[in-house]
Amino acid sequence: MSFEATARRQSRSSIWNSGRLRGIALQGLLVLGLAALFYDLALNTAANMASRHIVSGFDFLWRKAGFEVSFSLIPYSGEDNYARALMAGFFNTLLVSVIGIVLASLLGLVIGLMRLSRNWLASHIAAGYIELVRNIPLLLQLFIWYRLVLTPLPQAADAITVGSASLSNKGLTLPAPIFGHDAWMVWVGFLVAAVASWMLSRWRRRQQEATGKSMPTGVLSVLLFVAFPLLFLAAVGWPVSFDYPVKGNFGFSGGMTLVPEFMALLLALSIYTAAFIAEAVRAGIMAVSKGQSEAAAALGLKPGLAMRLVVLPQALRVIIPPLTSQYLNLTKNSSLAVAIGYPDLVSTGGTILGQTGQAIEVVTIWMVVYLSLSLLTSGFMNWFNARHRLVGR
Amino acid sequence: MNNKLITLMLGAAASVVLAGSASAGTLDDVRQHGFVQCGVSQGLMGFSVPDAQNNWTGMDVDFCRAIAAAVLGDATKVKFTPLTAKERFTALQSGEIDVLSRNTTWTMSRDTSLGLKFAGIMYYDGQGFIVNGKKHPEVKSVKDLAGATICTQSGTTTELNIADYFKSQKLDYKLLTFEKNDEAIAAYQDGRCDSYSTDQSGLYAQRLKMQTPDDNAVLPEIISKEPLGPVVRQGDDAWFNVVKWVYFALVNAEELGLTSKNVEEMKTTSTNPEVQRLLGVASSDGKAAGFGIGMGLDEGWAEAAIKQVGNYGEIFDRNVGKDSPLKIERGKNALWKDGGLQYAPPVR
Repeated sequence: MSFEATARRQSRSSIWNSGRLRGIALQGLLVLGLAALFYDLALNTAANMASRHIVSGFDFLWRKAGFEVSFSLIPYSGEDNYARALMAGFFNTLLVSVIGIVLASLLGLVIGLMRLSRNWLASHIAAGYIELVRNIPLLLQLFIWYRLVLTPLPQAADAITVGSASLSNKGLTLPAPIFGHDAWMVWVGFLVAAVASWMLSRWRRRQQEATGKSMPTGVLSVLLFVAFPLLFLAAVGWPVSFDYPVKGNFGFSGGMTLVPEFMALLLALSIYTAAFIAEAVRAGIMAVSKGQSEAAAALGLKPGLAMRLVVLPQALRVIIPPLTSQYLNLTKNSSLAVAIGYPDLVSTGGTILGQTGQAIEVVTIWMVVYLSLSLLTSGFMNWFNARHRLVGR
Repeated sequence: MNNKLITLMLGAAASVVLAGSASAGTLDDVRQHGFVQCGVSQGLMGFSVPDAQNNWTGMDVDFCRAIAAAVLGDATKVKFTPLTAKERFTALQSGEIDVLSRNTTWTMSRDTSLGLKFAGIMYYDGQGFIVNGKKHPEVKSVKDLAGATICTQSGTTTELNIADYFKSQKLDYKLLTFEKNDEAIAAYQDGRCDSYSTDQSGLYAQRLKMQTPDDNAVLPEIISKEPLGPVVRQGDDAWFNVVKWVYFALVNAEELGLTSKNVEEMKTTSTNPEVQRLLGVASSDGKAAGFGIGMGLDEGWAEAAIKQVGNYGEIFDRNVGKDSPLKIERGKNALWKDGGLQYAPPVR
């Protein structure tokens, strides 16, 4: 190659010859194209809605709701606006999702370990459970659980009563605590208990390193969480009174009621998701090399301790990504609540949609809320996973 | 290769931009497809219910058939879309169905802010309650339902009316709403709810499906006005006129004594000018009456509807009245001449 030829070639090159710039230009064009598509869709929707005289906008949220919900964590009545109804639904979704995630994880862990057990009965019971539960659609399981929860419960007139608590097919009715003026001291109590518990666990670890003896402090930790809040409440004169349920013709008024729909949804979601989590746990444990459990046995660790201290922490790296998916699935599957009358976000949103006809706004709210919940959950799980990463690999 | 990709993307973008089109009127669309797309309920006896062979029957179903007969000449050219209370208005707004004939209550908010128009009142109804007389023999009126749990279908005027009524009577209650009517009825029969509430015609219809119908008593109070009627989209006046006047034709037919059996004969033998105008009989000098043509239909529009489906009274008796299992009295749905509210403007 002569020097002049190369120089001539270089002076004639354009930006399109650079692979990197070509890539950037094409990707920029694609992004512009997508943005134009979405913008056009939005304009089209707005134009169609205007031409059909459909009122759009989120102002309807501040109108009076006019409907009741059967179960709500926050105080809500028909006099409040639609936004508050959606909040009540959102907290119901959150309640069933959080408790469902906790229960499903515990149950899934147990079933997964059972599946790997050398005991023939345990492993086959677990296998049967997983195969059965995974293959029946969740909606059907939900209906089955709803019937199973409702059928044995007695009518309100024959409710099983223990003290002020009652169980009937209207739900579990308990006295509702009403917190008075200084009741926020209970949170101070919880904080103090948390600090004390942390100090206790540090003391325990130091004792173990110094003397090799393992002090049983688990129960004491739990007792602290019960004792300190109670102590603080007592210190301010016990500003807690109870609203006792009163038995009427049709059930109980007053008090707080945990509806059977909640129980049925919780059971169905937990048992269904636990089957999937069990398989993820099994995959994770099988991914840890056998040498680890053999080395743990050689060190003299009992099988239970070896599993808890050696195998499971390493298995967590493989378990956590599919576990995140299952948590997100559980959160989104909770929207099936509308089939059995549990007032979650989709159920209350659906009522609002039916009454106001503002379909696009309500669906947008659903999408944003579920997306946020999912992003929060997966963000937290990714952080948790990063913490358990093996450094240096 | 890269050039082709760019051209393809630009082409797609351009076609999307040009795609925001104006739609032709529903009347032309119906003529083009050759059938009427009718939105109905998922199964409410007397109004719209499929049988085991997927043949639909009911008042709302018959009304859609009358529209098909008037527009297309054949009452069987209808396709039915079962809809829940939640999706019914969206289906109509989006153009998925041509007319919503789903025992829908005419209210101001639905008429004004949803881009819809109500074309008439097929059935004057009101909301009632049903309780199990065996489980709660002391309940004789809605006022005895203080503290009760009430089941309904979600997304309807039922919940709002219950809230208003119980608040005005200063009674407390608990509400349980379900997506589908069948689930609400199942919960009511299980005893999870003490009462079930919907339009009174619906109560009688659902009672027939219950395990022990005679144990269930419909309480006497009617707590709201529920005028049920067909709905069409706003901005489509030609179609709105057609649907409205098919309904008026059915009521006028009963008033004039025209039934599916005698309409053909009356067309040739009747000397009543009202009958002649309704049935499109040409006057003695050969000029057509012009009422069907004025709407964009042919002159035999009303005759086809009456002959193939029947007049309002026949539709009522067949589906919810004396010839049906429901045996509901004409009551408010009788003609104005008989003390009811069914009144149609004259065809002239």
